[in-house]
Formats: sequence, structure tokens, C-alpha cells
Amino acid sequence: MESRLRVLFLVVAIVGLSGCAATKNLFGFGREEAPPPSAEPPGQVVDPQVERREIKEPAIDREDFEIGGYVGIMSIEDFGSNVSYGVRLAYHITEGFFVEGTAGQSKGGLTSFEVLSGGARLITDSERTMTYYNLNLGYNILPGEVFLGEGRAYNTNLYVIAGLGSTRFAGDDRFTVNVGAGYRFLLTDSVALHLDFRDHLFDIDLLGEEKTAHNLEGHLGVTVFF
Amino acid sequence: MSEPSITTIHSTPQPTKSRWLGCLVAFVLQIYLTAPAAAADEYRTVTVADPYLEMHTGPGRGYPIFNVVDRGENVEVLKQRTEWYLVRSINGKEGWVERAQMELTLQRDGSPIIFDDVGLEQFTNAKWELGVLAGDFGGANIVSLYGGYSLNPNVSVELWGSQILGNFSNGWMGSINVVHEPFPEWRVSPFFTLGAGAIHTKPKSTIIQGEDRTDQIGHVGGGFRIYTTRRFLLRAEYKSYVVFTSRDENEEVEEWKVGFAFFF
Repeated sequence: MESRLRVLFLVVAIVGLSGCAATKNLFGFGREEAPPPSAEPPGQVVDPQVERREIKEPAIDREDFEIGGYVGIMSIEDFGSNVSYGVRLAYHITEGFFVEGTAGQSKGGLTSFEVLSGGARLITDSERTMTYYNLNLGYNILPGEVFLGEGRAYNTNLYVIAGLGSTRFAGDDRFTVNVGAGYRFLLTDSVALHLDFRDHLFDIDLLGEEKTAHNLEGHLGVTVFF
Repeated sequence: MSEPSITTIHSTPQPTKSRWLGCLVAFVLQIYLTAPAAAADEYRTVTVADPYLEMHTGPGRGYPIFNVVDRGENVEVLKQRTEWYLVRSINGKEGWVERAQMELTLQRDGSPIIFDDVGLEQFTNAKWELGVLAGDFGGANIVSLYGGYSLNPNVSVELWGSQILGNFSNGWMGSINVVHEPFPEWRVSPFFTLGAGAIHTKPKSTIIQGEDRTDQIGHVGGGFRIYTTRRFLLRAEYKSYVVFTSRDENEEVEEWKVGFAFFF
């Protein structure tokens, strides 16, 4: 009984002293509080307290570079034809223009003079190895599509290139101009097959008088866009 | 309400310097490319805001439009090549969309997209430059590769390596240049350059006499950087070299070159 009275007094005391919002204006006591000034414009009923979702958008993969290799045949003027191979790296500037760097190697055979004369050699064996690099500007002159049967279509490009570089052959580095045309066949959006024909022109005076040698090269290649 | 954030899309490997490094590990890359895409292929999704989005069969103006995506539908952006984007629609069709149309799409939160547009401003402010030039060096042919770093829009430092291919001798030349551009914001921006380096010449094998030489060089010059498109510029320049030979007289050589370069 005593403890119940204690609890009752305690409750009255707490309610009286607390002045909490729930009891304060219950009996008309206390000052009427003005609602806090609303930051929202009058029309706004609900302020959505939603955190803006932080969306981490994945970056778009850019594929302007093309890298690959090729194998073909190079005909070195006066020195016969031999296998050639090399690597190429291209950067596509626009849908039309690209720049390209190539580096390759081939080997010269014997000249007619060397064959007929028997043992005489114009250059040593190591000097017969031809290495070259070229920096070219290319243009996709005829973009198009080819169709294999009814259901398959592949994008293609016929392009022309021209550029310059250096060729090491017969003991010297030779300033080289190269021009050519190629056909790019895109197996997928990222993998392409190439068929190229190029003429490497440089001056050579090995056989007496100086002349401009045309060295024709045809090669097949594979490239990957990245 | 906070302002909708406008996000700029950064295409993945912006710094081309890492690209060049990437070339070195080309074969590793090829293996990586041919390997099944292990990492979950997550692509950026955009919403078509124009009446429709036209999908071409190839990344070029001439390729026919084979599919259109209506306004309000989502597409995934798979990759970018030059100014074209490969997108995949909800029904799985993949096609190439030109940049002008992609710029009219919205992100998932409704805000517009600004694609990384490289323009004249980057031409003026880009830090790095890499280029190739060729021309005439005192009657011989010259092929040069250079890399430059901009200290500020007006002043940059360049490192040059050149191969000289002449009738009587071949050689190599390396130099360091300081370049000053008085009007870097111009589309055709003139510059002046000053530099020093070394030249190594060796007579051609068909010439009996002569020996290899290495001499110091100094040069002054000027030219133009001409902005063309995207990250691409043309460059034409003239340099006057003094070769400090070990003989009584120094040699003077004039050089004219044209070529192209990238900035990044």
C-alpha cells in the first residue's frame, strides 16, 4: 500500500516538473510555440530526406589503338623475294584518318651478278638482312560491309597509306618512303584481318650508279583494337 | 533539392603515356583480350532522351541504320572508337551511335552526360605531347620523334631523338629544347625554341674515307603548332644548328621539318 502511494507521488512529481512537450500544453499552460519557420516553399508538403544515390558509373572503354603483326613476302630489288614479317601499331584519329607505325624484317637473296660470277659476294650475309620502320598516315577510303551468306555481315575498310622511315640494308640506313593500300576485314568489333600491299622506296648505289629501288611487299596480318 | 550533378565521363586510359607502355606488353594484352571476360562486364547505362537513337552497323557515317531505340529506353554503352559508341539495346541488339546523338542521352539519375570532349582548351593546356616529324637537315633526310612536357601553357621542355639519313653519311641526334609559345590559345600557335644536344655521324659504307664522329650541337628555331582535331596537331618548324666540331670551323646546318603530334 505504501509502495503504491510512493509510486503515485513519484509519477505526479515527474509529470509536474518535467514540462515535457506532451504535458505542457495539455492543460493550456505554457507558451504556445510558433511552428519553426519552414525552409520549404509553401507548395512543398514533403521534404524527401533521401540520400542521393552515389552511382559509380563504369567508364567507357576506348578502343582507338590497333596492334598486331603480319607475315608476307617482300621482293627486294635485285636481291630476290623472301619472307617478311613485322608488327604494326595504329591510332585511329577519326573514322577516316589513322596514323600507323610499322617495323619489319626480311632478307635479301643473291643478285644475278653474284649467281653468275660464282663466288663473288657484294655484301656479307648479315648485311642481307633487311630491317625497316615506317611512320604512316592512313585514310579509310572505302568503308563498307561484306556479306557471307544470308546471316553474316562483316565491316571492312579499304585504306591507303603513305609515310616514311628508315631501312637498314646492305650495311647502311636508308631513308625510305613507303606507299600502299590495304584491306581491313573486321572479324568482330575488336579483331581485324589485314591484307596489305606496300612499296618501299629508297636510294641505293650498291651496283654502281645510284638508283631508287622499289621493294614491293605483300602481307597478311591480324590486329586487335584496344 | 540539390542541383542534379553533371558527371563528366572519363574514358578509360586517358593518359596516353600508359598507352605507350601498354604497347610494350602487347602480347600480354592480346592474351587478356582473348581470355573470357572474367570480370563482371559492367557497362554504363544511359536513357534515350531524343525521340530516338539511331544504331548504325559500323562506326562511320556511311554504315546503314539498322535499328532505332525509342525515347525513354535504356541502352548500355559498350565501347568508344573515335567519335562513335557501340551500344547494346535492351533486346540485345548492338550497334554504333555517333557522338552527337549520345550527347542527348541521360544518366540513370536523370542528369545529362557530358562526354569528355577534347578541344582547343586541351590543346592549350595539355601537359604532355608526343610527335613525329620529318624533313630536311642540311640536304639529308631527317626523321624525328619528340616528347614534350608543358611547365605552363607558354613554356614547355622537349626531348628529341632524330635519325639523319644522307647521301654520304648517316647519323643520330639527340637534343633537349625549351619551347616558348606566346599565344598558346591560338589554333595556329607560333613558337620559338632553343636547345642543345649531340650529333653522331657515320659515313656511308660505300664511302671509303671518314670516321665516326660525335659532336655537340646548339640550335635556335621557330615554327607553328596547328590544332586539327581531337588530340591531334600538325607541327612545322625551322631550326638553325651549330655543330661544334673539333676542327677549326664550326658547321652550320639548317633544318626544316613537318609532322604531327598528340597531346594528352
